[in-house]
Order: sequence, then structure tokens, then C-alpha cells
Amino acid sequence: MAASPSAEAPALGATIPLVHRLRSRTRETADTWTLELDPLGEEVRPRAGQFDMLYALGVGEVPISTSGDHDGAGTLTHTIRAVGPVTNALCTLDEGGVVGVRGPFGNEWPLAAAAGGDLVVVAGGIGLAPLRPAIRHALREREGYGAVSVLIGARTPGDILYVREIEEWRARLDAEVDVTVDAAASGWHGRVGLVTKLIPGAVFDPGNAIAFVCGPEIMMTFVVRALVERGLPAERIWISMERNMRCGVGHCGHCQLGPTLICRDGPVYRADVMTRLMEVREL
Amino acid sequence: MHALAELIASSPVFAGLPPEHLELIAGCAQNVGFDEGAVVFREGDEADTFYLVRRGRVAFELHTPDRGGLVIETADVGDVVGWSWLFPPYRWHFDALAVEDVRAIAFDGACLRGKCAEDPRLGYELMQRFAQVMIDRLQHTRFRLLDVYGGVAVS
Repeated sequence: MAASPSAEAPALGATIPLVHRLRSRTRETADTWTLELDPLGEEVRPRAGQFDMLYALGVGEVPISTSGDHDGAGTLTHTIRAVGPVTNALCTLDEGGVVGVRGPFGNEWPLAAAAGGDLVVVAGGIGLAPLRPAIRHALREREGYGAVSVLIGARTPGDILYVREIEEWRARLDAEVDVTVDAAASGWHGRVGLVTKLIPGAVFDPGNAIAFVCGPEIMMTFVVRALVERGLPAERIWISMERNMRCGVGHCGHCQLGPTLICRDGPVYRADVMTRLMEVREL
Repeated sequence: MHALAELIASSPVFAGLPPEHLELIAGCAQNVGFDEGAVVFREGDEADTFYLVRRGRVAFELHTPDRGGLVIETADVGDVVGWSWLFPPYRWHFDALAVEDVRAIAFDGACLRGKCAEDPRLGYELMQRFAQVMIDRLQHTRFRLLDVYGGVAVS
């Protein structure tokens, strides 16, 4: 299996921002919003795992993973955490405002490779956003997979994304969905502890499972270790990386990590390949 | 084997112990239940018992003057609740509350300490296993101190 799945040459829209209008802005947590963007002309059609470059006019551009499905009308869904000038500008944009979009960039979660076996999805913090399209796909095509386990970690109960949708996933009863937080106030009835603690008890057969992992790099390192301890080979664990993506087409080199350019070859990599690079301190 | 010994043997912390040790441990154990909201133990109380969760969830809480009650960790099925029974002054450091209806095996700490003193092999085994539980929780606590989700956004 290739170390990074199905990276393709970007379309022409990769270099010219396509104009989109903000249809809706939904607050997910104190600092995170989900934006729905309608194309005013040519569409961008990212697949699960890919990202777009969103341009806040006059402020700047940031790489944001797709967090939704194609609805046939070309509407884009992006969940954005306001942490800097560009993301703040995007998260405070009024409905009807204009956003430039380049993309889609990068490769996809290898959903086809996961079909037929068990699927384990481990998300940390806003890492749930890039995984949501993959989770939705697996639940929509439920008969195509064995056990489906979704393990979610967040900082506090107030930092959990997509709360209502997670409840819908749980209510299906044909998937295991477990959530844990790092800290909570008294009265919280859910789990408190590391997301890695969910892995020993998760329902999957290490002999036929594939795992998708996204979150802070340190979290992914520990999750990969815990999955390997459970018996899942690192060759069947996929992680989504982030670096300083700028051009999106592998020209500028800002997102270089050793021999790979994250925007072009990633962001989704096989864990056995990427964890070796993550262990090099200078990279 | 005693039914309780079989239950104890199926838990991660006691898995693999020889039958004679499991019988000794089971001799200090009994089944207990806590209704949702019940106090399992209170900070400062004598730590004379520890628990193995068979069903439900227990929250460890710490109360602070400015932030009120904080849940610092939860124990779920298969987890051990409490190690203060092992070390003087045998006092609990946190509150433990049942956040769901809980079924558990309760172990008499003084009884078990006595058996460990009589049988150093049992004592060494239990110390090793509880040291592993403590190391795991220490590592998890260190990791959470990093506050990795509070850093720069991934998406």
C-alpha cells in the first residue's frame, strides 16, 4: 500500500481563488465555527481528508480541511478555530460575505482500503473536523465495513465539536462512539482521561482493522503507540499531518517535512512512514 | 475456583495471577453497589478499601475554593479505584463519586496488607501491578498537563 494515498495533481483552481459566499456560520465551541460556503462560479470539490486554502479578503490565506460532504450544489463546509488574524477574520465574517477558495489540495483518507474490515477513527480536539467526512461516509455506507469505532478526545466538555451529530452517531447503535475529555467540572457524567485510554476497550479486530487518526502531533504519536500495542500494524494506521501550508501545490516548500511536502504528498500518511519523521527533532 | 476469584482473574490488574493468590485476594473481597450520585469515598477519610469497577463509572473529584468541584479522572469497567490503602497514612486524596449506577468488587485493604505481609510473593505481585496502575495514571496526568488540545489548531 502506498505511504500516502491517491495524491493527484491539483486542478486549475489551485492557483486562482474561486469566489464563494458565506451561506451560514455555526458556532461549535467558544472559539470554533463551521462555515458553509456557496460558490458564485466554479466549484471546488474536496474529498474526505483534503483541504482548501481559504482567503479572507485583505487579511490572508489559511489551509483548512474539509469537514463536510458534497451536497451536489457545491457547498463547502469548513470548521475553523479562531487562533490568528486570518482565522479570526473568517470566523467573524457576516453571512453573505465573500471568501476566496483555492483547492482542493492533498490526498484523501483511504476509505476504499478500509472497506470490508473494521474501521477505527481516533480524533483529538479539532482533529475531528477533517475526520467527520470519513466518519459520515463509513456510517452512510455502513454495510461496507465491519465494526466502526469512533474515539474522540477533547479538552473539556465545552470543547467537543458537533455535539448533536455525535449523539446521532451514538443513537444508531451500529457504531461504537466514545468521548473523553481532559478535564471537567463536577456533574459531568462522561469520561475524563486520555483518548488513548479508550483504545484497549475499543471494538475492533486488529487483524483486519484500519485506523484513521487526527489531532495534535503529540496526541497522534501516543495514539499510534496505543494502537500498535493493541496489535494493529502501523502500516494500517493513517494520520493527517499539518505544517505551514502556503501554496498548496508543492512549489513554495513551506510545508516540507524531510523528504515530503505535506500539501502535495499528504496530509494523510501511513503512520509507519510518518512517525519516523516525527521523531526527528530538527524537522 | 471461587466465583469471586474468577471475576477478579478476569480484570486487567489481576490477570495472570496464580489461583492460590486469586483465592487469597478473593478472601478479602465482596461485591458492592453504589447508586448514581452516591459517594464511594471522601477526601481525608480512612482508606481501608479499594474497588474494581465491574459496571458503571466512578469520578475522582477535587474541590477547589475558586473553581468548585473538578473531575480529574474517571474509572470505568475494569479500572481500579484507589491505591491509598497501600501506603501510610491510609487516607484518600480525592473524593470518589458514582456518576452512574456502579457494581464493583470491594477489597478490604487491611486484610490484603496482612496477607501480603504473610506471603511476600503475593505482596511483590500486587506491588508490581499497582505500581503499573500508578505509572499509567502518572503518565496520563503528565500528558494532560501539556494541554495539547489548547495549542494551535490542526484544521
